[in-house]
Amino acid sequence: MPVDSATENEVPPQPMGIVEQLVRDDSDRKRFLKMAGSAGAASFGAFVLAACGSSSSSSSSSTAAAPAATTSSSSANTNDIGILNYALTLEYLETEFYAKVIAAKLFSGSVGSLIKTFGAQEATHVAALTAAIKQLGGTPVAKVEGKFPITTAAATAELAYTVENLGASAYLGQAPLIQSKQVLAAALSIHSVEARHASTIGTLVKKSLTPDGAFAKPADMSEVLAAVKPFLA
Amino acid sequence: MSTQTQELMNPELAEVEVHGLTRASFMVRGALAAGAVYGVSAVTPFVSQALAAGGGGDAEILNFALTLEYLESAFYNEKGKTVGLSGQAKTYATDFGAQEAEHVKALTAAIKSLGGTPVAKPTFVFPVSNQSSFLALASTLENTGVGAYNGAAPKISSKEVLSEAGSIVQIEARHAAAINLLINKSPTPNGGFDKPLSEAQVLAAVKPLIKS
Repeated sequence: MPVDSATENEVPPQPMGIVEQLVRDDSDRKRFLKMAGSAGAASFGAFVLAACGSSSSSSSSSTAAAPAATTSSSSANTNDIGILNYALTLEYLETEFYAKVIAAKLFSGSVGSLIKTFGAQEATHVAALTAAIKQLGGTPVAKVEGKFPITTAAATAELAYTVENLGASAYLGQAPLIQSKQVLAAALSIHSVEARHASTIGTLVKKSLTPDGAFAKPADMSEVLAAVKPFLA
Repeated sequence: MSTQTQELMNPELAEVEVHGLTRASFMVRGALAAGAVYGVSAVTPFVSQALAAGGGGDAEILNFALTLEYLESAFYNEKGKTVGLSGQAKTYATDFGAQEAEHVKALTAAIKSLGGTPVAKPTFVFPVSNQSSFLALASTLENTGVGAYNGAAPKISSKEVLSEAGSIVQIEARHAAAINLLINKSPTPNGGFDKPLSEAQVLAAVKPLIKS
């Protein structure tokens, strides 16, 4: 466990997670769900920040929150934090992958621009997932270091195709396991972006845009972790 | 209820309240609002279908998705064959159309397995006359499809139905990115996070294409 990451991962004491608060306060939850369904909820962070703001009025009672009343939501909370940390690990790897690809200056022009855009989007996923985990009262995992065989442009584009398809199937595999509707909505908003990346890179490497056909296949955690293991430094 | 009222983007639909209504009654109201614009005669079959489709819960959500898949399938498989496509556009229309047809089949079967009644295929009108306008509408339909599934998915009760919706939305997203690239639009028009769309927003986008 790297010592230097402990500081940045330090979470301020949070007596009660968002999910618990939402379950306790039905009007907040409805407001939240409404946001999740509106075009105004532009990002994962927006969901989280809204929850933070809307729950402040209940802070007087939060320190003494009865554990008995929140047991089931705590377990749902723990479940979702675990899934978000898993997603964060994958997003860290994707972000580092794109950073190394960009540093290698393998792509220029419109392709180079797409690679930069996708790399920046993966970084926003990292930031959003980190914020969400903290808001749920969890501790974000430390940044994982990756190692990627970045050689030729062609081979690297193929690797990007593999990485993005894996990411899309990983989110798809987790979606039914997520307990909170808000976390689910946010995960789905990332899932389809990973799919857009995978398809775009598919056009570049002349591979199938829909390698699973009309119905994308989910991948469970063990499949995904086995696939990414070679990329962990 | 006022805090739960969702403002609609189309002025003619602004009076419609979304929250607190079942989806079927919402669709009826949406159709009636459309009638005020497009003429009442155009509305009746749409209304009766919405009523017949009811049933509530996941089946109702899937019927909403089925309507969108019928729309996409007809667009690629019918309009796509007559509008004079060539090259990559033709390939995409053929490939994506086949996949949308599979979505129609899968959703129809899923609705039946839930004990619901699948909506009948509506009649559509596509205001496109050449490859360029075809691809522009394809982009709208695919990107709207992504937002529609992402918006509806958290309301799904069954984990199995949610998985199926997830496996379909991922395909819609792949289609959307490819079509966008082909017409020099961003493959990620919403940035790092796709925006969920409400039923009202989706209906507002597709209603002009539904003739009956």
